Amino acid sequence: MSAPTNDHTLDEVLNLAASHFKVSREKLTPDDDFFKTLGIDSLQALDLLTRLEHHFRIELPDYELQGVSDFRTLANRIRARL
Amino acid sequence: MLDLRQYASLGAALKDALDRWPNEVCLIEADRDREKVRLTYSDFKEMARPLCRALEDADFKAGDRAAIVMTNQSKWLISAYSLLFCGGVLVPLDYKLTAAEHLQLLAHSKARFLVVEYHLWRAITESPEFARLAVEIVLVTEAPAGADLRGAYRWEEFRRKGEPQFVARQREDTACIVYSSGTGGRPKGCVLTHDSYLEQCVSLTAWYPFWPGVRYLSILPTNHAIDFMVGFIGPFVCGACVVHLRTLRPEFVRDAFVRYRITYVSLVPMVLKNLERGLRAKFDELKPAKRLILDRLIGLNKMLTRAHPHVEFSRRLLPQVHRAFGGELRALIVGGAFTDPSTLQFFYDLGIPVTCGYGLTEACTAVTLNDLKPFRADTVGKPLPGTEVRVLNPDSDGIGEVAVRSRAVMSHYLDDPEQTAQTIVEGWLLTGDQGRFDVDGRGHLQLFGRKKNMIVTEGGKNIYPEDVEAVFDGLPVKEFCVFAAHYLWAQNTLGNEMLVLVVRLEQNQQFDDRLRKEIVARNRRLADFKRVGGYLVWEKDFPRTASLKIKRGDLAAEIGPGAARAGVVEI
Repeated sequence: MSAPTNDHTLDEVLNLAASHFKVSREKLTPDDDFFKTLGIDSLQALDLLTRLEHHFRIELPDYELQGVSDFRTLANRIRARL
Repeated sequence: MLDLRQYASLGAALKDALDRWPNEVCLIEADRDREKVRLTYSDFKEMARPLCRALEDADFKAGDRAAIVMTNQSKWLISAYSLLFCGGVLVPLDYKLTAAEHLQLLAHSKARFLVVEYHLWRAITESPEFARLAVEIVLVTEAPAGADLRGAYRWEEFRRKGEPQFVARQREDTACIVYSSGTGGRPKGCVLTHDSYLEQCVSLTAWYPFWPGVRYLSILPTNHAIDFMVGFIGPFVCGACVVHLRTLRPEFVRDAFVRYRITYVSLVPMVLKNLERGLRAKFDELKPAKRLILDRLIGLNKMLTRAHPHVEFSRRLLPQVHRAFGGELRALIVGGAFTDPSTLQFFYDLGIPVTCGYGLTEACTAVTLNDLKPFRADTVGKPLPGTEVRVLNPDSDGIGEVAVRSRAVMSHYLDDPEQTAQTIVEGWLLTGDQGRFDVDGRGHLQLFGRKKNMIVTEGGKNIYPEDVEAVFDGLPVKEFCVFAAHYLWAQNTLGNEMLVLVVRLEQNQQFDDRLRKEIVARNRRLADFKRVGGYLVWEKDFPRTASLKIKRGDLAAEIGPGAARAGVVEI
């Protein structure tokens, strides 16, 4: 597995993305373009957002994902609402 | 339906619609599984009245331009109606653009007013270009209490008492300025008249009518030509209902079909594919015996709907599939980009008619549409009533550039006579798309590729290379240019479209990993749907004009035969 980051939220985002899209966790790094790495479109990214909402027990409007394409920024958006 | 031939403007028709069906529900807005707004036509009128009066008091006059930057929601339509009631010109902007792009188009359109959602307004005010904003009055929806609105008004408080005065407009007056592209390069603001919209609405509803009780699920952005027509004007002048969702999460979209018993929905291919994926996954989970029965029923449905759809019959034959779509769906309307025929066929075989069409902003909404008599997955349908389509300079296979003439075609590009003259020639709109009429002689149009240097994404976004080049400014190479791949290497198909960054290195410069990383990093600053798909290193200097502009056409003509598409390195 690629080294865990020092950021708990970011680690959880990476783990959830790996399990949701059934890819190896070690293939994912914080600054990856998740559209490219996971081979997903924007609707599938919204699916991931739902999974993350359930996990973190928050509600993220769709616009929070607008312009976001890497795990680190996504984790930052989530942390701001925790 | 209102008899639109009697009306001179969209505002006049919509105003009468509100009085014609006072007790019918016209608008539902849901956020996830929570219904937030449900308005009858009478409620809608009451909501719009104080806004119209406030616009009057703010000296909003006939012909004044007002931009709307919002996601799909009730305030979009209430604002649009009020602005049209007051004689205004709508400038619907894509809410997915960046703040800098919004500011650029606001400046180009010379909008006096702006209606915008709070989170988008916040982004605009944080832009370094904000100081240049020349809009006089800004109305911000849903701003939190205590938020600094930087001189804007709260939409919810921008109200006055009293009866507003309707401002009449003529058919030839401008109704909307809709940008088909041009955020980074040369803005293309399509100027569309009231006549364009009214004529287009008559054509579309002749084939796909709305009536009171119809519920249209509005998923495509309302700023998009398709949703503006079939998710606002069309339903309203027929007394139907529009359902807005504040989220496009696939699970809530699926729920909405059932909860609101949706009749029609328009989708871009990406959403249709997502629905297909979900259904196929469910089918794959069935036990072998059940799967066999399902396949047999689908086969039977396919056989019995070959000539035309039998929606009622299909609902009885495949009830579980149809229940998943609410049980009252009459058609999925697909447009905005190339759709894989196998996806269209998949839904049609389940008894869910899929109406594939072809259109462009310059032609208001749609040029052709499938009339389902019979269903044809391999074409984009027939020209709509009142629309003439020609194929110019056809080759030996009958393929040439598609040209369109109708009253729905735009009047011109805003403030750009040169591009207008290149695009509308002797009354014909040159689309830049390659097509032919099907050999069966029934008038179906088939598309085969693009002549123009642009791509259309599966999400229905038009991307012009000039609009993405700015992000590569300062790239440490001698020169660079972005092209649509098919513009360099012609292909007789649509789909899999991509942009290519062509770079010319300095003398003795090597293409190293540092440069590759720089390209990747810059590319990622673009919205995901705008990114270039790969790069190509070109060994010759770019041809340039006397004023040192790159001669794109000449360069493309050199690269096409001079390099193989396989030489493009994906990023």
